[in-house]
Amino acid sequence: MSTPAAPPLPDGIVVVVKEECATCHSVGSVLRQLADATTTTVYTQDDPRFPESPTPIHDADLSVSWHHDIETVPTVIRVVDGIEVQRTVGWRRDEWERVTGVGGLGPDLPAMRPGCGSMSVDPDLVDELNVRFGASVLASRRIDVADAEDDIEMMFTRGWSDGLPVVPPTEQRVMRMLTGTGRAPSDVVSTVPPDLVDVTVEKVAVAAVMAGCLPEYLPWVLTAVEAACTNEFNMHGLLATTMPVGPVIVCSGPGTRAIGMNSGGNALGQGNRANATIGRALQLVVRNVGGGRPGEVDRATHGSPGKIGFCFAENDADSPYGTLAVEHGIEPGVDALTLFAGEGTRCVVDQLSREPDSLARSLAASLQAMHHPKLILGFDAILVMGPEHARVFAEAGWTREQILAGIAEHLNRPGSELVRGAGGMAEGLPEAFGDAPSLPKFRPGGLMLAYAGNGTGLFSEIIGGWANGDVGSKPVTRAVTY
Amino acid sequence: MTGSRTILDPTSERTIAERERLARPASLDGLTVGLLDISKPRGDVFLDRLEQRLIDVGASVKRYKKPTFTKPAPVDLRHEIAVECQVVIEALAD
Repeated sequence: MSTPAAPPLPDGIVVVVKEECATCHSVGSVLRQLADATTTTVYTQDDPRFPESPTPIHDADLSVSWHHDIETVPTVIRVVDGIEVQRTVGWRRDEWERVTGVGGLGPDLPAMRPGCGSMSVDPDLVDELNVRFGASVLASRRIDVADAEDDIEMMFTRGWSDGLPVVPPTEQRVMRMLTGTGRAPSDVVSTVPPDLVDVTVEKVAVAAVMAGCLPEYLPWVLTAVEAACTNEFNMHGLLATTMPVGPVIVCSGPGTRAIGMNSGGNALGQGNRANATIGRALQLVVRNVGGGRPGEVDRATHGSPGKIGFCFAENDADSPYGTLAVEHGIEPGVDALTLFAGEGTRCVVDQLSREPDSLARSLAASLQAMHHPKLILGFDAILVMGPEHARVFAEAGWTREQILAGIAEHLNRPGSELVRGAGGMAEGLPEAFGDAPSLPKFRPGGLMLAYAGNGTGLFSEIIGGWANGDVGSKPVTRAVTY
Repeated sequence: MTGSRTILDPTSERTIAERERLARPASLDGLTVGLLDISKPRGDVFLDRLEQRLIDVGASVKRYKKPTFTKPAPVDLRHEIAVECQVVIEALAD
């Protein structure tokens, strides 16, 4: 689409006003003074009958105001040969006299009075005006919705929803979303499986709108898409697996607080817009751009509620053991996220342990059962502790490394307990492992710690993983790109 | 022009290229059949049995294996199968 031409301003003095502005009313006599003294054109933004004199031109579509960057009314501009040479805003007698070249203006008025906001920068209108008058930078196909058609129902019908209503991605909304990043809409973010399609910043913004994101969430969504579409993370395999896993996004850094993410009570639950929509936006990219849909490439036996979107923030400001991102090599204080191929959460209840070794044993006993007590080394896990459990370790002076080592100490089993048939269960390790004296549940680095939740509850949450390492998926940690 | 009644296409907008499948051979006699193990447990059990039966009907068999079941077969492996075999069977198992 081409940019509609900017309407030229007439030579002389141009004043832009609106009826709703008290300062514009108070300069009514000044406008008449100007009209008497020199060539004066008044544009009115709202009421075409204001002011009564001199007769105004109604800037009904705000085209003049938008194109000439009117941010405040009244604005006074001197135009010579079609070119703006001077401007002032609000009412300041000395400035008006300087710009207009007319002296003795508004003798009964105070020396200055601030103006009001121009309608062309009204937050409710500006996005629509940017779309109407700006050069469109968006490449996506436009789809007209019939008058009789409900746009949300239409998006369900076309298969673009994850089962919940999506916000229609109008051009205005997508343009507003794009203000959340410094990246160009045409930038390619990643190649999205399973269809291996290049996804642009614009298409990610479309998904973010649909998911319900605010513009300030977009850098997190973009970074999550980048992390998901790596060979290490293996989003294709994560989709195709029959296991109930999806991308889990663990966020940290001051930016999580700036965008209002929840790292406290119910951090892993519902009710926080950023937590709920960032994860959903990633999944909508995978669905709509990558073509990854349940029943098609997504072959999950049960799936999990987290596959709508699973994203939360760590309470890094209070964490006694730092963040998962720092564990993965990000500098403390840097906005970052870790993508983990994970299932839903499993609660560990231990309301009695006050000694770290007792709690480590409890956590280990629950972790041993993840996926199956006899299956080891093939799956990673994130253990999310809240303040009450973490305090037991913190008060004993245990560091992150000591906590992980302390739990791991109780996660060893002799091979004879883990082989197929042991304990009367067919599932287990091949016979060859039967002689091993001690086998760990997790590979090195396979058990990770995160910190979230409120201060009431001696609970932790286990997020079990999927096939790990080169076979399946590795956690991917990235600093957020703005 | 761009009111709330116009939305942007959220899909990749790609045009899908469809390739026609090769006709099924009337007989496997004398053909080379590739057996692709996707590296799932017990896939080899299934493929061993298939190999035996294919040899019985006069086919020659070549065995291949993906590095991991969770990722698509590497392009080199796909190419290798395409130039060495006339027929391929991919085994899913657990």
